[in-house]
Amino acid sequence: MMRILWSSALLVAAACTPEANRPEHLEIAPDQIQSGYAFLTSETQQLQEDSFENPGYLWVDRGAQIFTAETDGSPACASCHSNGLEGAATNYPKVDPGTGALLNLEGRINQCRVEHQNAEPWPYESDELLSITAYVAEQSKGMAMNIAVDDTNRPYVNQGRDYFLTRRGQFNLSCQQCHTENWGKQLRGDTISQGHGNGFPAYRLEWQSIGSLHRRLRDCDTGVRAEPLPYGDPTYIAVELYLATRARGLEIETPAVRR
Amino acid sequence: MTGIRLSVPETATRGEVVEIKALIRHPMESGFRRGSRGEVIERDIITRFECDLNGALVFASDFHPAIAANPLITFHMRATESGELTFRWTDQNAEVWSDTASITVA
Repeated sequence: MMRILWSSALLVAAACTPEANRPEHLEIAPDQIQSGYAFLTSETQQLQEDSFENPGYLWVDRGAQIFTAETDGSPACASCHSNGLEGAATNYPKVDPGTGALLNLEGRINQCRVEHQNAEPWPYESDELLSITAYVAEQSKGMAMNIAVDDTNRPYVNQGRDYFLTRRGQFNLSCQQCHTENWGKQLRGDTISQGHGNGFPAYRLEWQSIGSLHRRLRDCDTGVRAEPLPYGDPTYIAVELYLATRARGLEIETPAVRR
Repeated sequence: MTGIRLSVPETATRGEVVEIKALIRHPMESGFRRGSRGEVIERDIITRFECDLNGALVFASDFHPAIAANPLITFHMRATESGELTFRWTDQNAEVWSDTASITVA
């Protein structure tokens, strides 16, 4: 009897270790990958398509002003990037060759500010950083997200994927359970999307404002009753990278309109 | 900080009905919402929108708390004369934002 109790206790302990709890990594078939756009109502799709009515362009316009403005004697972004930054957003997040750190578009813009413009980095989710990021990403609109996994970024991709697969929060849900296993089904009034970040920074009707992908990730974490990570957290940047590899081939839609 | 986007056709034939669109960046905070700590978020809304052509009113609208943030107004106008359209938004504290666009009527 004692032996049976012991072995069942060991089994329970084994089932509780993170390794045993890790779900299988599933992927959406390449011909099934769909942008969040496909899960919107036709009215919201029209709002995104109309380059005048899309409210995200209010931030893109402001980003264009920032891009060409010289502030406090430091050169404007446009003085170096005179031909614009078409296609830049398709390659981010990217490992910085100097520091080895993973940088998303926001991080790269702030690095430019510090190194070349002698300016303070903008706080995450500030109006300036959102506007300039939306402006830069918008220049890649219609281009495919194009991040290949190689030896430099593989550790970050794996880190992001681990976060995506790990069950968390009081609801004990992983990102994968909704966005890979159950996309297309109804979650209360909404259709579950595949969870791609190709439209960010995006204007969300719920926010009545533009917001970064990290704000969206924080909403998802809060939604499963988990503690969200801070804005710009390295783990979120790794998730952003994993999501970009997962969404490879989807067109950038910034500034997208989402629910 | 406030951004304004206007869509006005550059030219129109006399008597033609043209579509005018105006978008402004504004939170349109209704005053009915509460923050995460239960505190009331103060009302902050635009209360009046007006559009003039050469000083004569062509379109006006009163705004109320149920209007979404970043309000978009679309209206139609019969093109009668060339000139400058002035768009003016006034908020509850009488702060005014405005922009202009010109239209040539042939």
